[in-house]
Amino acid sequence: MNPYLIIGNGVAAAGCIEGIRSVDPDDAITVVSAEKHPVYSRPLISYYLEGKTDLNRMQYRSEDFYETNCCTVIPGQAEEIDPVAGSVRLSDGTTLPYRKLCLATGSSPFVPPMAGLDGVRKKSCFMTVDDALLLESYVTKQSDALIIGAGLIGLKCAEGLRDRANSITVCDLADHVLSSILDGDSAAIVQRHLEANGLRFRLGDSVRQFSGSVATLQSGETIPFDVLVLAVGVRANTALLRSIGGEVGRGIVVNARMETSIPDIFAAGDCTEGFEMTSGQNRVVAILPNAYRQGFAAGVNMAGGDAAFTKNIPMNSIGLFGLHIMTAGSYTGAPTEERTETTLKRFYTDAGLLKGFILVGHTERAGIYTSLIREQTPLDTIDFEAMKKIASTSYFSSDVRRKKFGGVV
Amino acid sequence: MGVELFYPEFEVVRNYDRCIACRVCERQCANEVHSLLESKGIMISDESKCVNCQRCVALCPTRALKIVKSNCTLRENANWQNDTIREIYKQAQSGGILLSSMGNPKPLPVYWDKILINASQVTNPPIDPLREPMETRVFLGKKPERVQRDETGALKCELPPQLELTMPIMFSAMSYGSLSYNAHASLARAAEKLGILYNTGEGGLHEDFLRYGKNTIVQVASGRFGVHEGYLRSGAAIEIKMGQGAKPGIGGHLPGTKIVGDVSRTRMIPEGTDAISPAPHHDIYSIEDLRQLVFSLKEATEYQKPVIVKVAAVHNIAAIASGIARSGADIIAIDGFRGGTGAAPTRIRDNVGIPIELALAAVDQRLRDEGIRNSISLVVGGSIRNASDVVKAIALGADAVYIATAGLIALGCHLCRTCQTGRCNWGIATQRPDLVRRLNPDIGCERLVNLLTAWQHEIMEMMGGMGINSIEALRGNRLMLRGIGLTGKELEILGIAHAGE
Amino acid sequence: MKRVYVNEQWCLGCHLCEYYCAFANSGLSDMATALKGTRIVPRIHVEGDNSVSFAVSCRHCKDPICMQSCIAGAIYREDGVVRIRKEKCVGCLTCILVCPYGSLTPDETGIAQKCELCLQNGSGAPACVRGCPNRAIVYEEREDAV
Repeated sequence: MNPYLIIGNGVAAAGCIEGIRSVDPDDAITVVSAEKHPVYSRPLISYYLEGKTDLNRMQYRSEDFYETNCCTVIPGQAEEIDPVAGSVRLSDGTTLPYRKLCLATGSSPFVPPMAGLDGVRKKSCFMTVDDALLLESYVTKQSDALIIGAGLIGLKCAEGLRDRANSITVCDLADHVLSSILDGDSAAIVQRHLEANGLRFRLGDSVRQFSGSVATLQSGETIPFDVLVLAVGVRANTALLRSIGGEVGRGIVVNARMETSIPDIFAAGDCTEGFEMTSGQNRVVAILPNAYRQGFAAGVNMAGGDAAFTKNIPMNSIGLFGLHIMTAGSYTGAPTEERTETTLKRFYTDAGLLKGFILVGHTERAGIYTSLIREQTPLDTIDFEAMKKIASTSYFSSDVRRKKFGGVV
Repeated sequence: MGVELFYPEFEVVRNYDRCIACRVCERQCANEVHSLLESKGIMISDESKCVNCQRCVALCPTRALKIVKSNCTLRENANWQNDTIREIYKQAQSGGILLSSMGNPKPLPVYWDKILINASQVTNPPIDPLREPMETRVFLGKKPERVQRDETGALKCELPPQLELTMPIMFSAMSYGSLSYNAHASLARAAEKLGILYNTGEGGLHEDFLRYGKNTIVQVASGRFGVHEGYLRSGAAIEIKMGQGAKPGIGGHLPGTKIVGDVSRTRMIPEGTDAISPAPHHDIYSIEDLRQLVFSLKEATEYQKPVIVKVAAVHNIAAIASGIARSGADIIAIDGFRGGTGAAPTRIRDNVGIPIELALAAVDQRLRDEGIRNSISLVVGGSIRNASDVVKAIALGADAVYIATAGLIALGCHLCRTCQTGRCNWGIATQRPDLVRRLNPDIGCERLVNLLTAWQHEIMEMMGGMGINSIEALRGNRLMLRGIGLTGKELEILGIAHAGE
Repeated sequence: MKRVYVNEQWCLGCHLCEYYCAFANSGLSDMATALKGTRIVPRIHVEGDNSVSFAVSCRHCKDPICMQSCIAGAIYREDGVVRIRKEKCVGCLTCILVCPYGSLTPDETGIAQKCELCLQNGSGAPACVRGCPNRAIVYEEREDAV
């Protein structure tokens, strides 16, 4: 029997391997890896630059992970799927047959066309450990770094580089930082904190032109720099499936079983889009927890089990220079908030349900809020007014608590 | 508030090297003695509120606390002692009767401590209870005077109703209301596990405890609270309470503030009303009246349940007991003057009544003299503190003993003697839900079972030492006792010889 | 497997469990030395008020979302116990964002910590259970585990 085949070797792939093994302990698994590293935690690359981890500790699983799970890792780039024959052709011409295929191809940095970019010598994206190593080799204490993009990746990169570089300027077309997860109001608190920690921002602006080591912004301002980081955004890697007519939107469309529109082909992780409960629509929710859980569900189903990836919501926990920001869900419905000068808790409720939240600074037990969204807890069954101030399971009824905690009440 | 005329009785001694300011003392003190001085991050105490219940001491995780008696003292005076003066100050301020809880703390003679137990040597050798069978089971109730046969010559085996106990110990009456729900639950569950009985007191029987019926004595007192036909039928025996050792001649008064929720329902009186038990039963002015009530209760329960009549040990207890024995009662319970209470006027508690040892000896002797000892069982209480007190009581003539204070101590009571405030930090004598919760009946029951299991072992050891293998053979066996340091009169009443005789 | 359960009927809100937890994880042999003058960061915490209180610590879920969500792969299960490899944790606190019980907290250094049933210290058995004065916290096997 042909092996299980996984294209990609990130966290979704690791989840997929563990999912398969939870059902089928024996049959062969082949993993096609475009990167030369064993599976590692992508989000840790900024912590690597910061010195909070190292290449060894960044390994997502133990050294013997592939061996103990009977996986063959083949380095290479998948070029084309033959869904009829049930095989995948790699760029070096190798053809790998599969019984079930999982696309865990992730996403790639999106770099918009910018005049003079080719002439910039020290530039990098910030997606992979190789990117981080490259940046490490570029940056010295004298470096002035320019980061294009004030999103999660750009800001984590800025945090990682701060103590390694002379100065850091972050430029973004959006008029506030973290525009994908914060509104202007909450972003202002974060921006103040970042500026207090030495970052410079040029927001609502973009690069008109690079001339060697000088960037000229649309506003006319010129920013000299030594190192350029491109962190504008990412795009799901969907080409493999698109080219054989599979359903693709912003990501590869999957159902809760992580099946694509093509039989025997599954997909998981950042390359996918699936049903997101707070918006009621298909969305790409490219976060690591989803990658693992989707991969695991895909693996179980590939091996003949039955698993569903549900209760999918966007969520992010990000710490920047000691300030923690947590967000989840969609910002629809009526907002209410508790705030101070440096902290914020904002909740979005709609039709008696919690739809989303933004927490800046106060993040204790935030998972209780997340669970309200994911479990669609009717807010009139809890003391939500008190809950907004302090996340606590004491605001559930005793009955609910008994079920949650398995205790005798 | 004006000038406090008296320095606080206790001092809270906090070892600041050990105090980690975890605030458990603060959270656990219902009297609000402890608090955190936020500005300095240290714990401080208001000693004037301390009742020395030792809850904080017991829970302090670093043993940073102790409570000591204040050595701030008035000029010594053997006549006008500190406590006496303190009481005067209190009354001068309040204008009221002084109230106290638990038993008489005065240094009056404890005869148990002046009685010594015998042991066998050489002849009639001792028995090893770990190797030989040893019977501690007793039956309480009327026993036939003689063997009787019917016209065919067959033995008449029907006995009046009997209570079977695995050991001669029962928990005496403590009402639900004076005690917490969890204290009652602990007692009921322990009684069931041990094969003995507990007593509802006059608070009625909470419906949750109906299932412990065969281990329950239901009490009928002068207030008749919670008494109905179902109540009478639900227990194993019925006790008519005529008096209580801690407050002979006095009724009871549970303040309306404690008559809340289940307590009100169980007592069958409205919430917030004071539960006042009259000093007398208003339908009992003679032994004949008592007999009427005894038989009313027997009638209501189809003569299936023994009836106990409980009285306080007072001066002419022997004559009273004789009357009770003739009233049709199956068991007489006598409560000595050191018996506990949830609240009693201090003067009454400390000055009225007589010691149980003397009352027991006098009653047993009187009933024997009158040839009616077998027509009634004798249960005594009022500060039975340990297994040797039990053995001595049995040898003086008791069929069984009642214990209460010892049980409460097992539950955590530290004898601070402020039950009447309703703020028992140990969750025993309180109805405040946050305090009641502190007594987990799983633990309470376990500790009561442990206590009496230990006593049972000790009783068997002492019996074995005397060469006695059945508790029945010890009952009234005063030859096994000797007095020490007692006067001729005391020995005469106790019916025992002096040590060395 | 045996887990720590809290019976809120018997929880007194005394917070002793938190202190015994902090002490057990201090690595010191004397509680006063270990905790004096420190703000404790225990792995169990008491919630509620005077009328209802209960201690919360890790449920050791069969399907732990904290483990699935950990961006560093630092959370793992060992014999059913959900544990953290502290050296791998970078303190992103995603685990806190996903735990529906609020069982994880940052430690003094910002790294995530959670109840590991006192396996990682010298306590032997869960210190909160041993320190509970009213047997509200128990360590036992139950069928209805999440």
